[in-house]
Amino acid sequence: MLLLTCPCCGVTAEETEFHNAGEAHLKRYGPGSDDADYEAYMFARKNPRGVHFERWRHAFGCGKFFHAARCTMTLEVFGTYSAQTLAPPAEIAAKIKARRPEWEGYK
Amino acid sequence: MSHRLSTGGRLIDRSRSLEFTFNGKSMSGYEGDTLSAAMLGAGQVLAGRSFKYHRPRGVVASGAEEPNALVGLGEGQRYEPNQRTTTTELFSGLKATSQNHWPSLEFDVGAINSKLSRFLPAGFYYKMLIHPRAFWKHVYEPIVRHSAGLGRAPDAETRDADRYEHFYAFCDVLVAGGGVAGLTAARAAARAGKRVIVMEQTAHFGGRAPVDGEVIDGMPASEWVDGVLAELHGLENVTVLERTMVAGVHDHGYILGYQRVADHQPGADKPRHRLWRVRVGQLITATGAIERPLSFAGNDLPGVMLASAVRDYVVNWAVAPGKRVVVVTNNDDAYRTALALHQAGVTVTAVIDARFEATGDLPAQARAVGIRVAEGMAIRQVLGSKRVSAVALCRFDSDGGAVAETLECDAIAMSGGWSPVVHLWSHCGGKLTWDDARAFFRPDPARPPLGHDGQGFVAAVGSANGMMDIVEVLSDAHQTAQGTGEAPQAEPVPEAEMLPVWMMPKQASYELRAKMWLDPQNDVKVSDVQLAAQEGYASVEHTKRYTTLGMATDQGKLSNINGLAILSDALGQAIPQTGTTTFRPPYTPISLGVIAGEAAGPVFQPLRRTPMHAWHEAQGVYWEPVGLWRRPYCYPQGEESHADAVIREINQTRTSVGLLDASTLGKLLIKGPDAGKLVDMLYTNMMSNLKVGKCRYGLMCNENGFLSDDGVVARLSEDSFLCHTTSGGADRIHAWIEDWLQCEWWDWQAHVVNLTEQFAQIAVVGPNARKVLEKMGSDMDLSREGLAFMEWRDGKIADIRARVFRISFSGELSYEVAVPASQGQAFWDAALKAGAEFGIAPYGTEALHVMRAEKGFIMIGDETDGTVIPQDLNLNWAISKKKDDFLGKRGMERVHMVSPDRWKLVGIETLDGSVIEDGSLAPLPGVNENGQRRTQGRITSSYYSPTLGKGIAMALVHNGPERMGEEIAFQGKDGATIMARIVDPVFYDKAGEKQNV
Repeated sequence: MLLLTCPCCGVTAEETEFHNAGEAHLKRYGPGSDDADYEAYMFARKNPRGVHFERWRHAFGCGKFFHAARCTMTLEVFGTYSAQTLAPPAEIAAKIKARRPEWEGYK
Repeated sequence: MSHRLSTGGRLIDRSRSLEFTFNGKSMSGYEGDTLSAAMLGAGQVLAGRSFKYHRPRGVVASGAEEPNALVGLGEGQRYEPNQRTTTTELFSGLKATSQNHWPSLEFDVGAINSKLSRFLPAGFYYKMLIHPRAFWKHVYEPIVRHSAGLGRAPDAETRDADRYEHFYAFCDVLVAGGGVAGLTAARAAARAGKRVIVMEQTAHFGGRAPVDGEVIDGMPASEWVDGVLAELHGLENVTVLERTMVAGVHDHGYILGYQRVADHQPGADKPRHRLWRVRVGQLITATGAIERPLSFAGNDLPGVMLASAVRDYVVNWAVAPGKRVVVVTNNDDAYRTALALHQAGVTVTAVIDARFEATGDLPAQARAVGIRVAEGMAIRQVLGSKRVSAVALCRFDSDGGAVAETLECDAIAMSGGWSPVVHLWSHCGGKLTWDDARAFFRPDPARPPLGHDGQGFVAAVGSANGMMDIVEVLSDAHQTAQGTGEAPQAEPVPEAEMLPVWMMPKQASYELRAKMWLDPQNDVKVSDVQLAAQEGYASVEHTKRYTTLGMATDQGKLSNINGLAILSDALGQAIPQTGTTTFRPPYTPISLGVIAGEAAGPVFQPLRRTPMHAWHEAQGVYWEPVGLWRRPYCYPQGEESHADAVIREINQTRTSVGLLDASTLGKLLIKGPDAGKLVDMLYTNMMSNLKVGKCRYGLMCNENGFLSDDGVVARLSEDSFLCHTTSGGADRIHAWIEDWLQCEWWDWQAHVVNLTEQFAQIAVVGPNARKVLEKMGSDMDLSREGLAFMEWRDGKIADIRARVFRISFSGELSYEVAVPASQGQAFWDAALKAGAEFGIAPYGTEALHVMRAEKGFIMIGDETDGTVIPQDLNLNWAISKKKDDFLGKRGMERVHMVSPDRWKLVGIETLDGSVIEDGSLAPLPGVNENGQRRTQGRITSSYYSPTLGKGIAMALVHNGPERMGEEIAFQGKDGATIMARIVDPVFYDKAGEKQNV
């Protein structure tokens, strides 16, 4: 059971206090978008072995969504950050790079 | 014959005799005994039968690793199968029964399997039970099922009489194991001011050291242990728990501890078990090591035990496994057993040592007291039927062809060396390394399990870390726990090198190998593993499942390494190349009760109650669970059946007036300058043009375009909308809106609040509804024109602040009244009083469902199943064509969604007026591309309509709306065909006049 820190209220809590909400930084494709973009938005997920970015909601706390950067292999949490971002912020990327020098950056 | 010695026994109190029964036979033991000690003390060696061959089984070990001595404990509400006698503390009145035998433990018919064992090799089931194909279901499976499973499940009708609980705790250091290593580490951490929890799985601290007669800091180990314990008990930052096993190590330092609070005191006013849910900074595993059996022919006979266990029984409980004991070993440690037996006055016939020469201090001590040591020798075969009567010896190097000598004996103490208990290290991903010199896997300190910060959070100390010498053990524990000053001092007892022995004699013939047990509970033999390798099983995980090696209730604690070694040898590779199977929690089984904890009975789940819950209950309501809510299904009167109650409630409502508790409906308030923009995105309809004071029915879809929820939206003001959701959908839809607001449109000025529980909502429904409200007294004009259909007003009714929505889910004149939750019961009472002259009566969810179906209204979860789009339900009118975008719009553009071949909503009437079974399918001839029966429709709702006096149903049917009047065949679950006709789904008041009066 993971330990996560909510960047909105600052509480560090057990996984049961949060809801996972899938992969982070998806771009929405709405009406008029082509099938490939829509398919990628709806169904294609990275599911990586290693560094991963995902959405969580502090469901039984402040109710806010946030992002977490973690390793799907070791379960190491590199950091959590605001949901109001389109890509991992620089300081999160730096933390990941420090722990995973071979990481090629967010794509 | 096993027996109680006349003196000794450091854990028993001879002044307190305890009576118990085994298979109904009265026996007696002492306070401090384990059940196995008491049984052996009473001369009861035979404890059970093995799983496959039903061979007689006696106790092998003295602790959690025991594979054989499993019994059913207790009776009735306290009966539990598969309890290890070795970890069961004796209490007065204990009742144990042996397992897996018929008709009796002494004489078992299933033992014929043993004679057939050459026809029941590894993978027997897979090889033999597949032909002919049809035999599996009707012949083999019933037989296998009958003989499968160990022990019997408690009777289905009984309920666990005990209670269980969960504790939450946090600490800097949790020490698993209260042996001398664990205590050393705990003391060091405690002295450094850390918050420490120590968990010891047995009732006693000290582990093996007191049994082995170690001397620590100049005093006997037990005295040293008492001193450390006294210090720990005196510290506020330390919690010391006995009878508490660390069951599992989970992600990010989450540890489960299993405390057997009252197993030894049944009926005491205590929880039976307690689950400790602990977050730790560091876990120190001081779980010791488990001795390995040796593989020789007949090693499964009762009377063959681990040397360390024999020593435990003699020293701790003054129980000798026999009168004449043979010790067989490949290492020096087993000589401690020979010496302990000798000291207790038990004859040690000989120590059979596989090593070419035994030169250590311990063998020298054994020789000095006159014990015979046979070097370079092996047990060729154990003789005896239900228990050991003699051993035939041969040279260890040989193939066992020549018997060198036969020794009479009634017990054998075996030692194949030790394996560190690496389970807790491994549960969460810690890796192992193979120690060649001592022939075991031990934790690899370079690859520990990692915590949330990527740092290792587990450290192994002492024997669990592969330290086998007392001096090493103490200094390792002290250092790892960052103790200051000197580590506890002990007197070293140098031991000579052990000789890895995986099979004896070394070149054993097939005949002998087929009698060497690796897993005595599941009857897996050396020959089975070799056969698996020969048949191509190269992976240890596959071999485990094919042969069932290590799949018994002890999970391979004794058999694992020996089996790996045999497999590696057969595959011609080194043991570390073969690797181990995966260690998974729990370490030993924990009770289901403790997992549930307090969450049983009424507190299994939280219960949500509407403000009128107690009133409903007082009426003798029949409840329907809806999410965490309870909603009235119907209100039966007297002896009335549920079906009759529903009919009465509908008739009352349709002809006069009924009352519904609709408080569970979700009520979400969306407010802000961008509220209109947001509701336009959430609903398929246009909502932003709704006038203040008006209501509109709306649909919500997910991004696939599938219907997700529905409900009425009321515009409260220019910048606020009250959105009603389904009862089960409120929290889900609230989270859904939050998701879009927070993660996609975070610059929009709008917010959403879940007001569901702030209001009681009461529907007053029926032709006399208006009269009832007017009689209650209101400052609002509730007339047809004053509050038109699909409008809402704020005001007062019966002096209670109320918001009235003129909306209808029944087709009747209907007012849904929201009042503050605290006023719900008052309003309900006032409505009942005012409605008395109209015979007003409450109605439940089933009447609600029938009435909505009579009107052809869809219900989320009945007509929708996550694959249904609004167009399937002929709800195109609720999908805005003017909006550029709304959630689900893009999904609805997909090819399959616009296909003319979709199943669409229709009404269904059976030709004979009967009620068709919900879920019935309409079959077509032939099969589809997947070979499944083709179908053309499915019943989504079906009821008896008292209004129409016949069965009515809704269905999704291929091209349904174009097939009005057509006859269609459905098939029920029983296979019978039901003929029906496709009709308009609106069965009642098609023009909608009744709701608009």
